[in-house]
Amino acid sequence: MSGGLVISVSFMYLGLIFAIAYYGDIRAEQGRSLTKNPYIYTLSIAVFCTSWTFYGSVGRAATSGLGFLPIYLGPTLMFMVWSVVLVKIIRICKVNRITSIADFISSRFGKSSTLGGLVTIIAVIGTMPYISLQLKSIATSFTILVNAPGEPSMWSSNGEGIFAMDTTFMVALTLAMFSILFGTRHIDASEHHEGLVAAIAFESVVKLFAFLAVGIFVTYGINDGFVDLFSKAQARTDLDFVFNIGNDTGYSQWMTMTILSMAAIICLPRQFYITAVENADEGHLRKAVWLFPLYLLIINLFVLPIAVGGKMTFAGTSADADMFVLTVPIFHDQGALALFVFIGGLSAASSMVIVAAIALSTMVCNNIVMPILLRMHWTGGEERRDLSGLLLLIRRASIVVILFLGYGYFRIASESHSLVTIGLVSFSAAAQFAPAIFIGIFWKGASRNGALVGLLLGFLIWVYTLLLPSFAQSGWLPISFIENGPYGIAFLKPYALFGLEGLDRLTHALLWSMFFNIGGFIVISLRSQQGAMERIQGTLFVDVFLHTEEQKESGSRYWSGSATITDLQELVGRFVGDRRAAQAFHRFAQENNIQLNKTTIADSALLDHAETLLAGAIGSATARVMIGSVVKGEIVGLDDVYQILDETSQVIEYSRQLETKSKELEDTTKQLQTANERLKELDELKDDLLSTISHELRTPLTSIRAFSEILSDNPEVLEEERKRFLGVIIKESQRLTRLIDQILDLAKMEAGRMDWSMGKVELVEAVEQALAAMDGLVKEKNVELTLTIPSGVPPVMADRDQLVQVVINLVSNAIKFCKHPGGKVEVSAVIRENDVMVSVSDNGAGILPENQNRIFEKFHQTNQISDQMPRGTGLGLAICREIITFFGGKIWVKTAKEKGACFLFTVPFALPEIKTTAMSAE
Amino acid sequence: MSHSVLVVEDEPNIVLSLQFVMKKAGFTVRIAGDGQEALNEIARDIPDLVLLDIMLPKRDGLDVCETIRANPDWSAIKIVMLSAKSREADKEKALAIGADDFIAKPFSTRELGDRVKALLGLGVSS
Repeated sequence: MSGGLVISVSFMYLGLIFAIAYYGDIRAEQGRSLTKNPYIYTLSIAVFCTSWTFYGSVGRAATSGLGFLPIYLGPTLMFMVWSVVLVKIIRICKVNRITSIADFISSRFGKSSTLGGLVTIIAVIGTMPYISLQLKSIATSFTILVNAPGEPSMWSSNGEGIFAMDTTFMVALTLAMFSILFGTRHIDASEHHEGLVAAIAFESVVKLFAFLAVGIFVTYGINDGFVDLFSKAQARTDLDFVFNIGNDTGYSQWMTMTILSMAAIICLPRQFYITAVENADEGHLRKAVWLFPLYLLIINLFVLPIAVGGKMTFAGTSADADMFVLTVPIFHDQGALALFVFIGGLSAASSMVIVAAIALSTMVCNNIVMPILLRMHWTGGEERRDLSGLLLLIRRASIVVILFLGYGYFRIASESHSLVTIGLVSFSAAAQFAPAIFIGIFWKGASRNGALVGLLLGFLIWVYTLLLPSFAQSGWLPISFIENGPYGIAFLKPYALFGLEGLDRLTHALLWSMFFNIGGFIVISLRSQQGAMERIQGTLFVDVFLHTEEQKESGSRYWSGSATITDLQELVGRFVGDRRAAQAFHRFAQENNIQLNKTTIADSALLDHAETLLAGAIGSATARVMIGSVVKGEIVGLDDVYQILDETSQVIEYSRQLETKSKELEDTTKQLQTANERLKELDELKDDLLSTISHELRTPLTSIRAFSEILSDNPEVLEEERKRFLGVIIKESQRLTRLIDQILDLAKMEAGRMDWSMGKVELVEAVEQALAAMDGLVKEKNVELTLTIPSGVPPVMADRDQLVQVVINLVSNAIKFCKHPGGKVEVSAVIRENDVMVSVSDNGAGILPENQNRIFEKFHQTNQISDQMPRGTGLGLAICREIITFFGGKIWVKTAKEKGACFLFTVPFALPEIKTTAMSAE
Repeated sequence: MSHSVLVVEDEPNIVLSLQFVMKKAGFTVRIAGDGQEALNEIARDIPDLVLLDIMLPKRDGLDVCETIRANPDWSAIKIVMLSAKSREADKEKALAIGADDFIAKPFSTRELGDRVKALLGLGVSS
């Protein structure tokens, strides 16, 4: 067949697909959707059936019989038995405006951009073999078709050499171009890619009919139906295996593949995209749960017949079983059928490549490029660029890179492997997302760190046990890496890791990667603390059915905003284009029956809508940051939260300092108040003192005046009486003099104008002199006075008269306040290191602890005064303190042993050095 | 019949002088050293007049004055307060609680005698 013809038909077909997509988009914009029904939805999910199904299943069946089946059992089980999980995932995607599987996982774990990036990287690397599989199948089928017998060949023969490379390369380039055309004509904000879905659904119909056509041709054209075909096959010994499940590892591999494909139907980026993101209505799933398995059943009906037919047709040759679907019609000279089969294969491959490329490019753009740009503060700031063009550019570039990664993998590893083997490598990579998704939507405790560690471990094991060995088998790594392990360490052999042998490679890889993935995920989740955002998102995902109802009522996650509608519209416009933003805002206003005034502050409903619009373009995590950046007062994004926390902690520090300062101020104020009260008290005391002094002065004056007048007025007073009256006058005059002296002394001491005559004083002499002066009083009051002073007290440095005065004051106080009758006063002294301590104690009522400091203040008079005793001047103790302080000693009072007061004072020794020698002589 | 005067004062020398002055004026004089003793003396035999110092041990002069005035039986008693507290406020306070006169220390013995006689309705001695 002519290469030109094949190419023309191919491009015409792709053109038709594109036209359908375009028409689908137009219909969607007109509101007359083509795709919003469960049948289209089911057909679009059938993007699951790629060239792997179209060509590879027959190849698999031709080598291992029913071994091709588990790949379809898994999705069937998933749809029919666990559709509730799918419903939950779809609901979460709708509620949170999820755009991709990376967005889903990153959103679940606190909108972690790291996690989104990791998922994207795994997805891109994991999909690489899968895309290479499609490229390989298209290139190979093309080569076979144009080299069909009897055609002059302008294309290379056996798929070898420079032309084969060119074919695959051209296929990659073509598909990249179409992916760009389909997926990135514009940045879609809120609508689904309806045109794309329509095109994919159409392709699913084409590949189904093409495959059925071959099946019917083989079964009824070459043979006489199933019975004839299988009885022929049974007659041949070389086809026994077709009817068996297979070899030693058959059962474990069945199980492995079933599990893998169950995960794949939702974890493959393109399946997630079509099934969850592009889902228009949850209700469609109700039909899809049996329609999709039905599609799988129909497309698999003729796999075995074709495999058997091919085996019989090409018996004894080394024909590639992967291409039986194409080569059998060619062998039987059915050119038109062969071309139809080629188009069917092209449908299967191109739909997968286009959807995968679009899904992955969205992830690369939203989860890798945008976060990096945001981190560089590239989109913020004043420049008001239209960013939608840039976003498109990023996505288009991503598509090209993704397709050429697939091409690269094809060059490195695919050529020597069957289609199914390559596909399973991709399935295993996608399966790494399963724990994060399935555990994440049911267990709130699943944490970001757990997901990160689990994904990373699972991915690394996958790279080590599947990806690297595939490079080694193709000769890009030394084959000894597989046979002996790296550096000859058998323990690390990639197909028998940690000594685990006897399993097929796939089961082995799945076992280890899932062990580390799930184990790491759960262990780290249990051990790590979740952040606020993680907890919020976790609840939002796990309790999605609860929250959807709530959100309708309470509305927004934004509290309030300071952004105007113009701000919002401009922001959205920068990413999705101004015209589309304006349309979207206009539609929102119409739907909600509100007026959009440009300067109005946007309410929370509109903010949510804007976030939704943005999320469609740049992913939900990024959208939240961007909306948050115009809505002041809203906490968004972890980085923002950190920044806000930074600022907040500064404010907290500042206010803490303020608090300290104000506490200090408060303390100072308190001190001031206390001082003020003390001052007031002192003032009152001073008043009282003046009053007391006045009283004390007037009392003797009264007697003096009274008797002077009596003597003056009454000359007849008897001589004896006259003498007595004069005696009173003299005594009272002396008392007056003493009082005045005391007042003056204290005044002088306080003013520092006292004339001191300091010198060496023998303590014993001074004390004895004082006691001698008190002798009369002691006898009069009948007080028992004891004196205990050790011998050899060194001389003290003091003013002798003042020291005597101190002792007199203290002893006379003691006599005044001791018990009456039965008063006891004890004077004693203790020699200390540098001074002597004298104590004067009585057996009176003692002094209350609260008064013990204040009693030495001048003007202070205790109320605990003996009834029998005259009031003091309030100056005695004050004078004592002045004197002792001047000597360099201290004076204080404590409660005596027998409850009375015990006054103590110290006087320093005159010459410390003399005392020291005296001490050493002892 | 001579009037009776109760001298309430804790300073012995002042008591001595008051006793002399009152006797000289022709009154019978009794002595009390503190407020409680003063009330006891009044209860025993009601005097015509009390010379009452303010600064007293136990119950002070103001307290004694109030107690006297609170008893209707003792309403006839004339009260002369004596005090070394010479401020006007002290005097007003004493008069406010029912004292008939207030004399500051040191006092003139002549003036004291005249005021006491006046209070008792006796003519100034000639």
